[in-house]
Amino acid sequence: MIEALEFGFFQRVVLAGLLASVACGVVGTYVVAKRISTLAGGVSHAAFGGVGLGYWLGFSPMLGAAGFGLLASLAIGTAWRRLGSGLDTMTSMVWALGMALGILFVAMAPGYAPDLMSFLFGSLLFVPWDYVAVVAALDVVVLLAVFFLGKEFQAVSFDDEFAEVAGVPVERTFLLLLALTALTVVTLIRVVGVILAIALLTIPAMIARHWSDSLHGMMGIAIPTCAACVLAGLFASYGLSTSGLSLPPGPLVIVIAASAYALSAFCRHLRIRSTG
Amino acid sequence: MSEPARDASEPVVQLEHVTLAQRGVPILSDVSLELAQDDYLAILGPNGGGKTTLLRVILGLAEPDSGSVRVLGGPPGRAAGQVGYVPQHVRFDLDFPIRVMDVVRMGRLAACGAFRRFRPEDEDASHEALARVEMADLAGRPIGALSGGQRQRVLIARALAMQPRILLMDEPMASLDERMGRNLWELLEELSRQMAVVLVSHDIGAISHYVRSVACLNVSLHGHPARELSVEALESAYGCPIELLAHGHPHRVLAPHGEGGTS
Repeated sequence: MIEALEFGFFQRVVLAGLLASVACGVVGTYVVAKRISTLAGGVSHAAFGGVGLGYWLGFSPMLGAAGFGLLASLAIGTAWRRLGSGLDTMTSMVWALGMALGILFVAMAPGYAPDLMSFLFGSLLFVPWDYVAVVAALDVVVLLAVFFLGKEFQAVSFDDEFAEVAGVPVERTFLLLLALTALTVVTLIRVVGVILAIALLTIPAMIARHWSDSLHGMMGIAIPTCAACVLAGLFASYGLSTSGLSLPPGPLVIVIAASAYALSAFCRHLRIRSTG
Repeated sequence: MSEPARDASEPVVQLEHVTLAQRGVPILSDVSLELAQDDYLAILGPNGGGKTTLLRVILGLAEPDSGSVRVLGGPPGRAAGQVGYVPQHVRFDLDFPIRVMDVVRMGRLAACGAFRRFRPEDEDASHEALARVEMADLAGRPIGALSGGQRQRVLIARALAMQPRILLMDEPMASLDERMGRNLWELLEELSRQMAVVLVSHDIGAISHYVRSVACLNVSLHGHPARELSVEALESAYGCPIELLAHGHPHRVLAPHGEGGTS
């Protein structure tokens, strides 16, 4: 299987997967700790509206996805801060609205959209160099933001009321965190698709939560866990294809991640029992 | 504009005719209150009397419908970082991955400022605050692994780490055991010489002889903050006859039965 690495396209895929794992592990940690995975799910599905718009008007669907994802995250985030309650209904509305717009835009686009499936389920096997560059840039932005605003992100995620009392501009900080979440989710769409992006964002961080009681500790576990799941899915897809079974890597990544979660939960259960 | 000179007689908190309603229900009605730097005030009142909302108004977390609020000479939001707060209820998720020390360090956010890591003096202030509530040895414990009383002490330490000029506490004794409760009264006595302290309680018995003045709040403020608490003020706040028990201590706050009462 290792001979796959001799192909230039596979090297790019592996590199993109590894780079995406960094943003995924860092942002996923906040999403899991603050329990906003539904919100992130809404953002990833709303991003599909941007994909459709890109098809219709003939610009990059990923650019459209990024725009719609950002818009959705800011809308939901602002509603959350201002309205307080009603977040879940607001999220499902944005979720459905984005998907609906996407379907309408695609229907209005001339001809038919050949690789629409790749946005729904991911298409890691065709990764251009400029996508690798975009993921690397996202990593730099995410890491810089956490380096400079990590303590504010922590405060806002943990106890936004006290953060306000302590002089943190809560709304701006929270919206920045949501914007980073949206950009990360949109990046992951390329790896596993709109439908599965949220799983890849949260499962590694949920595994990390089993073994760490701090945000930094979780990030340190979630990043390699995410990378391992992505690599395992890619190599499994490649290995199966050489034996004649052609399966897309995206869903394989998710099945592997979910299995790893079950294994991690079981090990943690054993450890808790043994330590009393 | 230069910073106005602050002298001890200038009020640190000034509420004038503050009125606030939520969903048409009046929570605060025409509340005026002045607090000096050396004040140590207990606010009593029944459940739903607006005590927590009053603290939130001072903190800038709730905005009154009418009336004016000035904290440390400016609008309440501007004083962020100088007003310590110990909330009554744990608002956060007990499963959040965070350790005791990280929670206490949140009190240093304003002093440290954004875009940088906590400095050694922030670490020192946090350690000192934890030590004051006897929680120093649990600094590395996850917040979810604490008892209710221990958690309360962490929240007190977080407010102390701010080294605030005003300290607001909402039912601070609620989940503390007797020994820790007594320690907190002593700590508050000491702190009240360095900062203005306001504590809120629905439990008249909780107010010890330490407090320097008492006010009663049941939507409106009954009686001006006074050293001696009158039975009239209490009764109009609670809406029922109240008997006061004297502590038998020279510094008692509650007037002896019958002295200011109607019975």
